[in-house]
Amino acid sequence: MELCDLTIHEAHDLLRARQISSTELTRSVLERIHHLDPQLRAYITLAEEQALEQAAQADVRVQTGRDITPLTGIPFSAKDSIITQGMRTTCGSRILENYIPPYQATAIQRLIAAGAVLVGKNNMDEFGMGSSCENSAFFPTRNPWDIERVPGGSSGGSATAVATSMALFALGGDTGGSIRMPASFCGIVGLKPTYGRVSRYGLVALASSFDTIGPMARDVQDTALVLSVIAGVDPRDSTTLQAPVPAYANKLKEDVRGLRLGIPKEYFVEGMESGVASAIQDAIRVYQSLGVEIREVSLPNARFGLPVYYLILFAEASANLARFDGVRFGRSDRTETGDLVDQYLRTRQNGFGAEVKRRIMLGAFTLSEGYYDAYYLKAQKGRALIRRDFEMAFTQVDALITPVCPTTAFKLGEKVDDPLAMYLSDVYVVSVNPAGVPALALPCGFANGLPVGMQLIGNFLGEDLLFQLGYAYQQNMQWHRQRPGLL
Amino acid sequence: MINSDYEPVIGLEIHAELQTQSKMFCGCSATYAASPEPNTFICPVCTAQPGALPVVNRQAVNQGMLVGLALNCTINPHNVFARKNYFYPDLPKGYQISQYDLPLATHGELEIVTGGKSRRVRVWRVHLEEDTAKLTHQGATVQVDFNRAGVPLLEIVSEPDMHSVEEVLKYGNQIRSILRYLGVNSGDMEKGVLRFEANISVRRYGSNELNTRTEIKNLNSFRTLGRASVYEIQRQIAVLQGGGHIEQETLGWDEIRGVTTSQRSKEHAHDYRYFPEPDLPPLEIDTVWVEQIRRKLPELPAVKRDRFIQVLGLAPADASVLISEKALADYFEATVAAAKSPTHTVANWIVGDLLHLLNDRGLSVENLNLPPSHLAELVDLATDKIITQSTAKELLPELVDTGQNPRALVDKRGLNKITDERVLAEIVDQVIARNPDPVASYLNGKETVFTWLMGQVARATRGKADPLVSSRLLSEALRGMKKPENSC
Repeated sequence: MELCDLTIHEAHDLLRARQISSTELTRSVLERIHHLDPQLRAYITLAEEQALEQAAQADVRVQTGRDITPLTGIPFSAKDSIITQGMRTTCGSRILENYIPPYQATAIQRLIAAGAVLVGKNNMDEFGMGSSCENSAFFPTRNPWDIERVPGGSSGGSATAVATSMALFALGGDTGGSIRMPASFCGIVGLKPTYGRVSRYGLVALASSFDTIGPMARDVQDTALVLSVIAGVDPRDSTTLQAPVPAYANKLKEDVRGLRLGIPKEYFVEGMESGVASAIQDAIRVYQSLGVEIREVSLPNARFGLPVYYLILFAEASANLARFDGVRFGRSDRTETGDLVDQYLRTRQNGFGAEVKRRIMLGAFTLSEGYYDAYYLKAQKGRALIRRDFEMAFTQVDALITPVCPTTAFKLGEKVDDPLAMYLSDVYVVSVNPAGVPALALPCGFANGLPVGMQLIGNFLGEDLLFQLGYAYQQNMQWHRQRPGLL
Repeated sequence: MINSDYEPVIGLEIHAELQTQSKMFCGCSATYAASPEPNTFICPVCTAQPGALPVVNRQAVNQGMLVGLALNCTINPHNVFARKNYFYPDLPKGYQISQYDLPLATHGELEIVTGGKSRRVRVWRVHLEEDTAKLTHQGATVQVDFNRAGVPLLEIVSEPDMHSVEEVLKYGNQIRSILRYLGVNSGDMEKGVLRFEANISVRRYGSNELNTRTEIKNLNSFRTLGRASVYEIQRQIAVLQGGGHIEQETLGWDEIRGVTTSQRSKEHAHDYRYFPEPDLPPLEIDTVWVEQIRRKLPELPAVKRDRFIQVLGLAPADASVLISEKALADYFEATVAAAKSPTHTVANWIVGDLLHLLNDRGLSVENLNLPPSHLAELVDLATDKIITQSTAKELLPELVDTGQNPRALVDKRGLNKITDERVLAEIVDQVIARNPDPVASYLNGKETVFTWLMGQVARATRGKADPLVSSRLLSEALRGMKKPENSC
């Protein structure tokens, strides 16, 4: 075991006791990256010099004993859809291949202010469009448990990085499962926070009304520590919530006895791998043994989840991606004739991948005159139904338990030519985003040697309760301590 | 000039830049006209960097509400911003944040009077949006300046309630005046802070139907608004009289050729794919907020004009001049308050001498070096006959130029009116002695010479001679010269 294999809270204790320095810790992370990343390819951009500078500053901060936070000196990485000032941010796309942002995302700024050390930027499906990381314009990322398999997506690079200690934690982005699904495939913890809990300022928009930034880490306690820092109202994001940020890390040790956990019956139907189903059943039994009350609940409109999610996503994405026009930044394919329309067409034709173009076209279509009511408006009505399902469920239970994904990690190339099959792998995760509620993914076993993840879905702003449930589980089960064999 | 068988039906869209400190959705300065160089008043938000988000400018909302209330609109409690999607290099996000089905204010009206006839023009909607960047064509290349991108714009859309170009111009002017009164727009047409789009159709007199209309875009002055509207009305009438029919299309105005030109037909009309802006939660405006803004409404031009006529007793023509600018009306009222002279005397001074002088000097009341108290003192000095009218008029330019106190200047120069009969009699005698020929012709019956002789008295006293006293003394002296001859 190397220093980089520590969790955040373990490393923090050692840093604080001055048994290790952030510089040593950061070097250890960088060594791990040099050792494993040529094979796994979790990083698009590495910032070694800057990371070591930040680590040195963190060491000064620790030495002077002032303003030490639980994240001071802790190396992390960020999905490449999160804007980093002065550090290339590609969003996994050729159109931003050389884009150096002039500003900092709020979440990054808060982490850096807390003393965390930014190591680099993680690979992802282009603009978050994908569930396997194969839609990256640059290269696919490998699953550390089986390098023939995908890490999940779209925050696949971040999941692989955290699972292999190429970062102690990562910031991911979740629009329809993009944090939870790769967390599940890679055997780590990932949180999709309540919509508006974490500022989206500096998150390159996919579907603005679904997009969230959330933490990915090795255990629930670490996840809670990161959320405490990045959560809270931001004057630059009008959709952030005013609600105060609880001290998540203090609350997670509270007893779960008497809490009510709901099993949505619509989610437990055919299509689920038997190994996944049995791992979830085992987790339910663990909760029963902890005194948690288990109830069956109904989400009657669950079947609308995928169509509602994709219709709204296509529409919002088609507008969000209009700014990539080759005029102000990013790729610009000018023609000899200087014709404006030619420039637009060439830039976008060459700059965007097939999945991105597919979604832009579908989105523009669903918003068009004559189709708006049949698609976009109907999807918004469906969204209201989904939201109400969750509201009703949370009158009966405190949280829901489901699998993250019906399967474990699939093989590279297995679904890449079948967009519909790829979309269906998101069936358990997508409804959470139209509803806006939080959801926590955490490891709950293995099937055929691959990690299985469970999803705990909470009520609005119920992250603290999800952490409590997740922490109680991890106190009793050690799945999250399993590491990939290549370490 | 316009065929009398047909009646034009015209609606006007007005885009007014708001005078806010910052842009509509970011903290950049909105005073782009003052920017030293292109692309200096910009940030990640108004250049649409990936991941940047808009935040609504509350001052712009307040100004928009003020306009809505001034136009008797209903302020909508539930406001939704929407994305209007199209590609153009002056539109950084590839969509404009505007308002669509739930605008800020609706159902207002404005009364206009042309040729003694009053008409109520209904205001359909008032909504907030953002301005585009400025494109500069240099040979084959186009340069984009984003300083203007994101400056708040208010769009004021009328119903098609106007039936002559005169009415359109009147309506436009009145909106401009109201915007200036509210302090939300400078009205400076040359700087492009007000832009018009006219929707025009024609129909036979007596008909109530709305025929196919055309829309003329980018009319940036009252002159082009008037010329383009006249042209388009005549064109449509000619088409109909020739048995043709009007195509629904978007037109531009070719200032050099003086014609409207087709830009887009209905088939090629943009589909803007409007949908609610997910980055901005709906803006809820409660009655407390509305009332807070309503209390800030100043007296508007039409109401002020009525008051000047009915309460202050001004002539309608003078009232119209005085209310044309809020600053001028305020100046007038401040002068009235400071002066002992009658209100109409003050009005005459301002409408006449002062405005002429300001015109000549290219000044406005806002940057005038003559406080209302000084003008009031000057007018009172003349009214109280301490100085003559002509002295007062001569002093005005100097007071404007130097900012001196009128009474102090009069004392320093010894400009007090001469009323002393002995002094004046002496001067009259001198004038008669020095001008034997004119005096002779007067005595021979040419009475108009009297005025000339009075002029000589004024000249000799540099205008200080009391005209009443000197006139009496002069005629007495001349009468005395007539008698001996008559007795011959």
